[in-house]
Amino acid sequence: MQQLLHQVLSGLATGGIYASVALALVMIYQATHLVNFAQGEMAMFATYLAWALIQSGVPYWGAFAITVVSAFVLGVAIERVIVRPVENSPILALVIVFIALLVIFNSLAGWIFTYTIKPFPSPFPAEPLFGNRYLSSHELGSMAITLVVLLLLFVFFRFTPLGLAMRAAAQNPVSSRLVGIRVGWMLALGWGLAAAIGSVAGMMVAPTVFLEPNMMGGILLYAFAGALLGGIDSPGGAVLGGFIVGVLENVVGVYVGSELKLTLALVVIVAVLVIKPSGLFGKVQVVRV
Amino acid sequence: MNPAIDRRKLAGVLLLLVIACALPFMIANYRVFQMTLVLTYSIALLGLNMLTGFNGQISLGHGSFYAIGAYTAAILIDKAGVPYWATIPAAGAVCFAAGFLFGLPALRLEGLYLALATFALGVAMPQILKHKAIEEWTGGVQGIVIVKPDPPEWTGVSQDHWLYFFTLAWVVLLFILGWNLLRGRIGRAMVAIRDQPIAAQAMGVNTAMVKSLTFGVSALYTGIAGALGAIAVQFVAPDSFNFFLSITLLTGVVIGGLASISGAFFGALFIQFVPNLADEISKAAPWAIYGVVLLAFIYVMPTGVAGFVQLVRARLARRRGAPVPR
Amino acid sequence: MSAGTTTATAAARAPALATERPASALLEVRGLAAQYGPTMVLHGIDFAVGVGGITTILGANGAGKTTLLRAVCNMIKTSGEVRLAGERIDSLATEAIVRRGVGHVPDGRGTFTHLTVEENLRLGAHTRKDRGEIGADCERMYAHFPRLKERRRQQAGTLSGGEQQMLAVSRALMLRPRLLLLDEPSFGLAPLIVQQLFEILKAINETERIGMLLVEQNAAMALAIADQAYLLETGRVVMSGSASEIRSDEQIRRSYLGY
Repeated sequence: MQQLLHQVLSGLATGGIYASVALALVMIYQATHLVNFAQGEMAMFATYLAWALIQSGVPYWGAFAITVVSAFVLGVAIERVIVRPVENSPILALVIVFIALLVIFNSLAGWIFTYTIKPFPSPFPAEPLFGNRYLSSHELGSMAITLVVLLLLFVFFRFTPLGLAMRAAAQNPVSSRLVGIRVGWMLALGWGLAAAIGSVAGMMVAPTVFLEPNMMGGILLYAFAGALLGGIDSPGGAVLGGFIVGVLENVVGVYVGSELKLTLALVVIVAVLVIKPSGLFGKVQVVRV
Repeated sequence: MNPAIDRRKLAGVLLLLVIACALPFMIANYRVFQMTLVLTYSIALLGLNMLTGFNGQISLGHGSFYAIGAYTAAILIDKAGVPYWATIPAAGAVCFAAGFLFGLPALRLEGLYLALATFALGVAMPQILKHKAIEEWTGGVQGIVIVKPDPPEWTGVSQDHWLYFFTLAWVVLLFILGWNLLRGRIGRAMVAIRDQPIAAQAMGVNTAMVKSLTFGVSALYTGIAGALGAIAVQFVAPDSFNFFLSITLLTGVVIGGLASISGAFFGALFIQFVPNLADEISKAAPWAIYGVVLLAFIYVMPTGVAGFVQLVRARLARRRGAPVPR
Repeated sequence: MSAGTTTATAAARAPALATERPASALLEVRGLAAQYGPTMVLHGIDFAVGVGGITTILGANGAGKTTLLRAVCNMIKTSGEVRLAGERIDSLATEAIVRRGVGHVPDGRGTFTHLTVEENLRLGAHTRKDRGEIGADCERMYAHFPRLKERRRQQAGTLSGGEQQMLAVSRALMLRPRLLLLDEPSFGLAPLIVQQLFEILKAINETERIGMLLVEQNAAMALAIADQAYLLETGRVVMSGSASEIRSDEQIRRSYLGY
């Protein structure tokens, strides 16, 4: 039983990471009806940026802040420069563009930073808080950071005019133009925020899995699973889905063995898509014939 | 109502075939091996193109079917002593079943969601192949080594040459069958489903059956390619069939030209030779090039090399005042 | 189509437009043409809205009325001149035109169905710099349309057709526009609601001097509040004049307006 509790709590910690990335995915999906396959690699690349800053002597939280801002700018730039020109292309073309971005970021990281695995520091102390046996300080800390990020986003979207405008632009771009919203820039902002969230997730996960170009591959898959499970167009659902998948991964890992973790994600994805594509909390899409 | 076979096109194809047969005798042995792989990839690309180019179903995980075909051949040769040439149709059958079965739940998934599901398949495949439960057959992380087949006595050619011609024979067969399929009723149904799915259904096309069949056939082709590739390379291991293989195949299809049969060769040439050249710059370079090339093609040449060739031919024909060849 | 006499009347009326246009028009449109792909939908039409005036564009389905409003907002490909208080706006993006004080109540209402009533209203004021006034303006809208106040925290998609129409109009008014474009506000609404709505529109026009371009199928209601009227048929203006003239001409009413 103690083992189970430990796995569940640990699962919540990793679930927080999945929830963050899932939220980033949903943010872009809501606005564009597209899934950014490159989200994981963008996060990984941002994490390398943080690593480089720390290596050159910048204190952790300074590097953290610079990385988040840089990731935001990068996200905005990618939307404006790379995605915008092909906005109205068929889905296949857009999927290919995202895959291309995935490949480019992955190889850029490998090229600039090599493929050797690097350790990444955690800002949290090595000893567990209060000497507890369930969660390391890093797990606790990263959960806290994740929750803070999610809370900030919630407040932003719910209570600020800009957040409202972004929600409107995602839901109904035509009507948004009619109230004077610059829909194109709202989209770019969404990409920027998603990239920033991803960078936080990357920096929280790197101390555990070590920094290397393929670091985020499995995590992206879990984030997909979480987002689909919760509902790909429901931010709250995606967050919940992320936590569920995190716990599921650990609990199933105990009983079935840890080598099938990715397969578990695959099974969840296919199962959700086949049984209830809109997920637990998503809206059912009605296709007008 | 099939369009008449263009005489000039036929002549062109026959000429290429003659060149292909003569080629091994004009180049070094390891180049023959590389060309064998080009032929292998061309089959795989035709398979993926059927699904994605002609039928509009996005697959980001076709490397998995390549893997299944490769492992089927390897296991049959290594564990069951099946002669290498018999493993090819076997791999095709297994992959057809796998593709058809995967295609069934995929029926309800449109574009993006199918891309997601196949992406997951592609990412998870190496892990599945490494799993302890089937290690006995798959050889786990180490994989399986295949003995290079010997050519029959009467041919008198080297092993590499024999493999080349063996593969070439399969290419000819599969391409003729594929070409026939695509210009027939089913091929038109495939394209109709891609372009106007609802109208196609309203006109009586059994959308579900065609889509599943397309998935199956596409997997069959790619699986056969995997088997041929495994025999040529003489080795299968889980990490050779990771997600990046799926990306490689996708790149090949985009470069060659979606919904183009001849494009398969252009794409195959690209994915065989460009990484070799790029590898000399850096380990990461091939992928960077793939990524940049993918972007470039989407922006500039969405119809791929085959589309570009078509464009050039049309321009030349117009200058001569001749009717545009199709 | 029309017989000889009414065409003659139409020809007699068209030139009258030139002298009737107010000297300082709020909206002046000349030679507006629009197409969807290869199909021409508007064939070079002229019309105007006076400052603080109400102009109505009448016509049957397919006449091009919705296209006309979309063209004014540059939501579709157009050619021709569109001037707002003398300034050319036909090459500006839709958002930019809105920012110059043009509120648009589109066909189908265009409400943000997943957002609350209050959020819809606040979005209407998105471009305004005087954020402090927004709350007061929301209250003003609630005063015009009490039903919206009851439902202020409800999702807009759960409102009835009439309520959504009121919300759409309110949202456009939150902009504090100079010009309000309305696309068939009576569509799908019960006659009593339509009457209430039009009374409110007239009142707002009189008290706040907001110009209105009202596109309508319900000619009777539209002519009751408008001062200028144009009749659109397959993308061409076939009749124009003051609303009272058109309203009182029985022949026109019978042949073109069906009442």
